[in-house]
Amino acid sequence: MPQTALILLIPLLPLLGFLILGLFSRRISGPLSSGIATSFIALSAGLAILLAHGYFFEWGSDAAGFRQIRALDIPWLIFDRDLRIDMGALVDPISVMMLLVVSVVSLMVHVYSSSYLKGEARIPVYYAFLGLFTFSMMGLVLSANLFQIYIFWELVGVSSFLLIGYYYQKPSAVAAAKKAFIVTRFADLGFLIGILVLGYEARSLDFLTLIERLTAVDDPDFQALIAPSFLGCSAITWGLALVFMGGMGKSAMFPLHIWLPDAMEGPTPVSALIHAATMVVAGVFLLARLFPVYAIAAPDILNWITGIGVFSAMFAAIIATTQTDIKRVLAYSTMSQIGFMMFSLGVSGQGGEAGLGYMASQFHLFTHAFFKALLFLGAGSVIHAVHSNEMVDMGGLRKQLPVTHLTFLIACLAIAGIPPFSGFFSKEEILMAASQRSPWVFGAALFTSGLTAFYMFRLYFRIFWNRPAGEGHGHGEGGAAMVLPLTILAAATVLSGFIPFGHFVTSDLKPLETHLHPAFSIAPVMIAVLGILLAARFHKNASDRAERFAASLRGLYTAAKHRFYIDEVYLFITRRILFNGIGRPAAWFDRQVVDGLINGAGTATLALSHKIRGLQSGKVQQYALIFLVAVILLALAAISRWT
Amino acid sequence: MNPIGLLLIPLLTALLILLAGRPQQVRWIALAGAVLQLGAAILLYAAYINGDGTGGPMRLEYRAEWYPDWNIGIHTGVDGISIAMILLTTLVVIAGVLVSWKMEKLPNTFFFLLTLLALGAYGFFISLDLFSMFFFLEIAVIPKFLLIGIWGSGRKEYSANKLALMLMGASALILVAMMAIYFTAPVGMRTFDMIDIVSTGIPAEAQRFIFPLMFVGFGVFTALFPFHTWVPDGHSSAPTAGSMFLAGISMKLGGYGCLRAATWLMPEGAREYGTAIVVISAVAIIYGAFATMMQKDLKYLNAYSSVSHCGFVLLGIGLLTKTAITGAVLQMVSHGLMTALFFAVIGMIYERTHTRQLDELGGLMKVMPFVSTVMFIAGLSSLGLPGLSGFVAEMTIFVGGWERVSPVYRVSTILAAMSIVVTAVYVLRAIGRTVMGPITKTEYLTLTDAGWHERLAAIVLIAGILAMGIAPGWIVELITPGAQAITERIGSLP
Amino acid sequence: MMEPGLYHMLFIGAALFFIGIYGFLTRRNLITILMSFELILNSVCLNFIAFNRYVWTDKMDGLFFTVFIIAIAAAEAAVAIAIIIHLYRSHGSIDVNSAENLKH
Repeated sequence: MPQTALILLIPLLPLLGFLILGLFSRRISGPLSSGIATSFIALSAGLAILLAHGYFFEWGSDAAGFRQIRALDIPWLIFDRDLRIDMGALVDPISVMMLLVVSVVSLMVHVYSSSYLKGEARIPVYYAFLGLFTFSMMGLVLSANLFQIYIFWELVGVSSFLLIGYYYQKPSAVAAAKKAFIVTRFADLGFLIGILVLGYEARSLDFLTLIERLTAVDDPDFQALIAPSFLGCSAITWGLALVFMGGMGKSAMFPLHIWLPDAMEGPTPVSALIHAATMVVAGVFLLARLFPVYAIAAPDILNWITGIGVFSAMFAAIIATTQTDIKRVLAYSTMSQIGFMMFSLGVSGQGGEAGLGYMASQFHLFTHAFFKALLFLGAGSVIHAVHSNEMVDMGGLRKQLPVTHLTFLIACLAIAGIPPFSGFFSKEEILMAASQRSPWVFGAALFTSGLTAFYMFRLYFRIFWNRPAGEGHGHGEGGAAMVLPLTILAAATVLSGFIPFGHFVTSDLKPLETHLHPAFSIAPVMIAVLGILLAARFHKNASDRAERFAASLRGLYTAAKHRFYIDEVYLFITRRILFNGIGRPAAWFDRQVVDGLINGAGTATLALSHKIRGLQSGKVQQYALIFLVAVILLALAAISRWT
Repeated sequence: MNPIGLLLIPLLTALLILLAGRPQQVRWIALAGAVLQLGAAILLYAAYINGDGTGGPMRLEYRAEWYPDWNIGIHTGVDGISIAMILLTTLVVIAGVLVSWKMEKLPNTFFFLLTLLALGAYGFFISLDLFSMFFFLEIAVIPKFLLIGIWGSGRKEYSANKLALMLMGASALILVAMMAIYFTAPVGMRTFDMIDIVSTGIPAEAQRFIFPLMFVGFGVFTALFPFHTWVPDGHSSAPTAGSMFLAGISMKLGGYGCLRAATWLMPEGAREYGTAIVVISAVAIIYGAFATMMQKDLKYLNAYSSVSHCGFVLLGIGLLTKTAITGAVLQMVSHGLMTALFFAVIGMIYERTHTRQLDELGGLMKVMPFVSTVMFIAGLSSLGLPGLSGFVAEMTIFVGGWERVSPVYRVSTILAAMSIVVTAVYVLRAIGRTVMGPITKTEYLTLTDAGWHERLAAIVLIAGILAMGIAPGWIVELITPGAQAITERIGSLP
Repeated sequence: MMEPGLYHMLFIGAALFFIGIYGFLTRRNLITILMSFELILNSVCLNFIAFNRYVWTDKMDGLFFTVFIIAIAAAEAAVAIAIIIHLYRSHGSIDVNSAENLKH
């Protein structure tokens, strides 16, 4: 198949960039390394666009809808006859869509970084890590095997670690990197066990086989598979729940979200790529990948997913309204938006009209990637200009940073769900899917989108309006390399909403016709506008209205500002319980008790030998006497016996 | 190719080292010997792959009489498991010689002992006879005592004594088990030859008694809980190459022995005690990991993590499925490579900063980018990052463990899997404290990065780690027939 | 006067033997110990001769053994005295208890 080479090149080009820059990082200058990395990723993005075009419009579909194509099948690790990791490339609408998103956003970030990081040390290393990340993320979306996705999942995690810890001399960055890795590792433990369960039950790790076997409703074995076996749930349910746990970790769902805000210690372009547009949606992608199994074999898990999604969305939005670090606001907003995608999957069914939520979540994933990357890159420009993440150091920047201002505004309107920007279309679909399922979910989602509009415009007004914080810093926008990605992403944000997404990405691979219902849209848009107006009243001009309002909320505001003390709970669990409660006693027990027993055996032997060593006096005559007495006794014994 | 040829190289190297005068000559001789060993091991691998016409898993067999009155003979042969272990040994030997390049104290004796230890290990891995296996095991123990006692640091006498005594005690158990196997057979059938023992079999009731002796005996070598306490003391006192050999080679003797002399010879015993082994190892894995988390000295940290990682070896053996045993062997190879690498890095850091305390180190990435990167790689392999060797081994054991349906095995597998989180905690803590963060002392600013020999040592080990992590197919294919031969004797499992 | 018989010889042999044993066990001086030891050897020689003379008159084995023992005793005394002289040179004493370097 001619496309195989094309598909393989897309992830392998960034890998090649990683290898070149990683091996020769000391010999390559910063600008040269950015040139190499950018050209590789540009090529990769070009190929991804070619692939997307080819797949969606030329060879990807047949009469029954889009095909799922195994483009590659290399045996990698064979456990036994059924369970094996074959490195494959599964080409279907979601993987092609994700490839497009990853490569395009990555390209933007590469271009942007060349200006943003100018003058930093270790730029080749930075680009090497970016290449590694891009490769891993592409490998993740192309994975054709449950274990393969886990492999890339871990690689993505470690590249995230490396990039968050890019400023490795800053203790807070190191701590954040460690936290991100360990929290997601904990989630991956669930994922891993889930893989073991699912692989064992389905006797296969290959996605297509696994999905086929676990959704074979007519198969007589299927009933046995979904019969409750452990604590009232079937093994499949447990497996899927554990796999979802992995997704929760990567996608920062409550209560495993705590690493995401801290991850903002990394360079801002990294946050745009990893912690906004690509890696954090891996959980959503994983769910979408296994969606038929969720929907058919364990629909009760979907209710949990809905609950966690809705809660995370609302929870994060509330916290976002109180944060003052602009990157943290964006981090919580990311978490909130992923919550939207999650519950959208949760309310969905498999196939046909019921699959609206699935389509909506993928649509939102797609549009979100662009406008969130845009927001982060815009925030990066702001931080670049004022050298601070804090809102108090900003204000009135719209003259100083005109392009940033305009593009940031577009992104804010998109995330707030104002037509005709892209966020409006995808969020409409999500709300529509939610309203068809449950009024509670719909209500919560509506409230959260109002909050979204409020906190995003709070951010916008505090940065670009309000009272100027200081005199002109003299920094303008960072040149074409920073402005160009902003412009392109803004264009994508404006246009991507008009894509008839239902024609391309659906749960059953068949086109799904979606229609806009102007009557339905009135409420969400009104609420979003309300949020914007409220934000304008509080934050457009310098005033103490916001403070007074916050004060009137008392405890709620304080709790939200302290992120509901989740970090403190985790600190308590890790410090007190794991370190002091288990680790220290284990180390003590080992040194004192186990080793004590071994040393005790040694000491006892020594003591015994002290007691009996008098027998070996070294005095010849004493030996001779004993010898003599013994001979006499033996002689007597012998005589008495023989006579 | 006769595997005994492999023994000649270290033997000649050792003799030449004794004859050579100047330290410069000695280290080149040792390095040349190590490289030749690698070459011989690769030839052996090729010869194994080509086969000897029998097609069985055990190939290139060679028998000779040694002491016919007692029916003691020399019987050598290799299967994939031995080949994997031999390849591991050669890589560790090369790296060990290279990191000791600047050894100033009694270099001749030092390299002689290193070579002797390697000789013992090769002999052990190719032996198919319990008697010669034991003989070579002892050859590998004595140099360790001297390496720690003479070139060690800290409480070296204590550690050397402890190590030698515990390992000798373990050897005594093995000896008793050997004798028991020998004398259980009727007169005229008595033999130490493992192939013969396998074909005649050992009575089931005798296995009940002999298996634990043999398994615990070899288990002590590979840090079987609760006989693991020589590991932290021994490793932390040993010189760098000594730690590398200890973790990379000696501990593997135990794992290999558990597999070859205990499980293969006594399948009934293995079935009987499998559950106990699995439970103990699973507890040791997580317990070792938690104990590691609290260590402040880099060498102690790595030694305790060895306890946890070697728990995977025993876990895999105790699970008794083909996949799990393959995983156990993979874990031996992987652990050997990555721990040797970790110890090499710790040695490099210690040589420059003169401390191994986490609290005193920091920010080394700035002054020693190469050493720091190597430490990253060793750490990431230890926490099971895909693409490096640890992942392949651990996942194979997990999948193999999940094939055992009984809840005890499932819980043990989950318990063992939990260690991947704890491992991440302590590895990142160690890396974060040493190579990342701000530089703690101004004198660190003038430190130099690794020299050519240190770089080469690290690259050799990393090449092994990558060869296994990126393309595990070849080594799994190598090991699986051997593992299958062992599990076939065990028969169907509950 | 009574012709001395086997029993007299054996009695003298036994007496010499136990005198030798007594000296060997109680003396501290190495020379004396050596002398006591010679006594023990000579008592054995005497017994050999006596048995040869009175019991197996037609045989020569006892004589041969005696001659053999005398030869060995001479050689042994030479070695022993050499050791004693060295001990005296290195320790300044020939007391058995003074030579305890290898103890513990």
